[in-house]
Amino acid sequence: MKRRQRPGAQAVAERGWLSAHKWLLARRFSQLAILALFLAGPWFGIWIVKGNLVSSVTLDVLPLTDPYVLLQSLLARHAPEAAAVTGALIVLAFYLLVSGRTYCAWVCPVNIVTDSAHWLRERLNITGASRLSRNTRYWLLGATLLLALITGTLAWELVNPVTMLQRGLIFGMGLGWTLVLAVFLLDLLVARRAWCGHLCPVGAFYSLLGTHGLVRVRADNRRQCDDCMDCFMVCPEQQVIRPALKGADKGIGPVITSPNCTNCGRCIDVCAKQVFTFGGRFNNRCTDSTQPGAPADARAPANHSPGMEVLR
Amino acid sequence: MSDTTTNPARRRFLVDAARTASGVALLGLGVGLYSRQAASLPSQAIRPPGALAEDSFTGACIRCGLCVRDCPYDTLSLATLGDGVATGTPYFVARDVPCEMCEDIPCVKACPTGALDPALTDIDDARMGLAVLIDEENCLNFQGLRCDVCYRICPSINKAITLERQHNERSGKHAVFIPTVHSSDCTGCGKCEKACVLEEAAIKVLPMHLAKGELGGHYRWGWKEKQKAGGSLVAPDQQHQYNLPQGQRYDYEGDGLIFEQDGGAVPFDEDPLSTLNKGLEAQP
Repeated sequence: MKRRQRPGAQAVAERGWLSAHKWLLARRFSQLAILALFLAGPWFGIWIVKGNLVSSVTLDVLPLTDPYVLLQSLLARHAPEAAAVTGALIVLAFYLLVSGRTYCAWVCPVNIVTDSAHWLRERLNITGASRLSRNTRYWLLGATLLLALITGTLAWELVNPVTMLQRGLIFGMGLGWTLVLAVFLLDLLVARRAWCGHLCPVGAFYSLLGTHGLVRVRADNRRQCDDCMDCFMVCPEQQVIRPALKGADKGIGPVITSPNCTNCGRCIDVCAKQVFTFGGRFNNRCTDSTQPGAPADARAPANHSPGMEVLR
Repeated sequence: MSDTTTNPARRRFLVDAARTASGVALLGLGVGLYSRQAASLPSQAIRPPGALAEDSFTGACIRCGLCVRDCPYDTLSLATLGDGVATGTPYFVARDVPCEMCEDIPCVKACPTGALDPALTDIDDARMGLAVLIDEENCLNFQGLRCDVCYRICPSINKAITLERQHNERSGKHAVFIPTVHSSDCTGCGKCEKACVLEEAAIKVLPMHLAKGELGGHYRWGWKEKQKAGGSLVAPDQQHQYNLPQGQRYDYEGDGLIFEQDGGAVPFDEDPLSTLNKGLEAQP
């Protein structure tokens, strides 16, 4: 069997390392810059943003509140003050516009943890996985909301590793690192992309905000695809790519419309053929369909390419 | 029929759904039970001023830490996993850093959800807990020394804590000054606990439910009810009769024993016999 190259190797060879890691670097910068804004106050006395990702005040005027946590609080039968409601509406509007799970890839620091676990998993060549449904996160989302309703407290926030890491980095971690380690080990050993891709109810909530988000990854150049599989190898939500990339013959447009796409842009980075770009949601007409029964293409038909089977 | 009952796709779907549902339900059960345990706040952890009652607070506080940031004295901190306080919620430990009772109450103003009640505008109305002089055996004032530190440091001096003078039984000739906390004025700021000179504070701020007793709903203080009604509620009061010597009477309104200045004022006759015969004269 041919030894598989690391995903993105060809893109690095063709376009250079920097260009083939452009969006990854931008995301890391975004994630760390947001943390830095929160930490500039307690560390250096530069108070730009106060609070943490659950609720913050920027420059003493702009309130931002996590709508998922506020929803739990509402279900726990507390009527919040205007500041929290305003903050949540701003965040809601932003992610409805931009696509909810952009939060996961560009803001949430847990992404660095799970990306590291994934990197190590690939390096150590750990394969095989317990069968986790990607819908588990929606069950969990429902359970966390139900818990708030039943207990009248933010029960999930007692153990939520996402807010725990965010808060821990800014206010002090305590034993919270154990849960972060648990997430790391889960992603390393139990299943590929187990937390962010299958379990996290925060991501599930934000995915529900992303059904009409405008910023999308597009596979406009999908005719160039040479089935190298690199995009699938790096994608944290592999199921989202296929309709857009391989749907030409089914009349599916080139926009990745799944709300579970995190807009991480790794597929754009690693594609040597530059199939993907960031773009808008609109203009999603399928214009490049090959006729069924057209002269045999050198490439295998889209939905039967051998690589696809691996990913089942 | 047989082919529907063994439909592998349907079977797998059902098994998968049941597996996910029971896994999530188990996790939910665990978290739910943990949340009940986490609802019991350790007694040394004090909530910021204006905090709602604990069971409402854990539903209202979204754990953002804005109160922590706006506290000018770094009194507050956010609980971390393992602290025994609901994860991420703000609290302080009076013995470490007490509340300085800022007049503008910045922590309450910072709270975006109202978990710290914005109706609290006068810090003297805050009730973070109640100071209790918990160890009379080691409190220096109880031994007759004039430590008085808790009394002196109290922001509501001579109101929240007063010194009540009592006889010093040990020396037999001095006074002891008993620090006495009054719930009408104590905000639970914890400055007394912080200042207590003992190795372990003799006065401590406790959560209200630990610090205070409560009368049964039916219980009435007799004298208060009587005052409210303007008289006895049971039967007409019988005025107590003293057997007083002639020319003396007792005033119940507070003047006490009164010697009446009428006539000779001396209740006895010059002749002792007439005193002995008194009362016999009327008889035939």
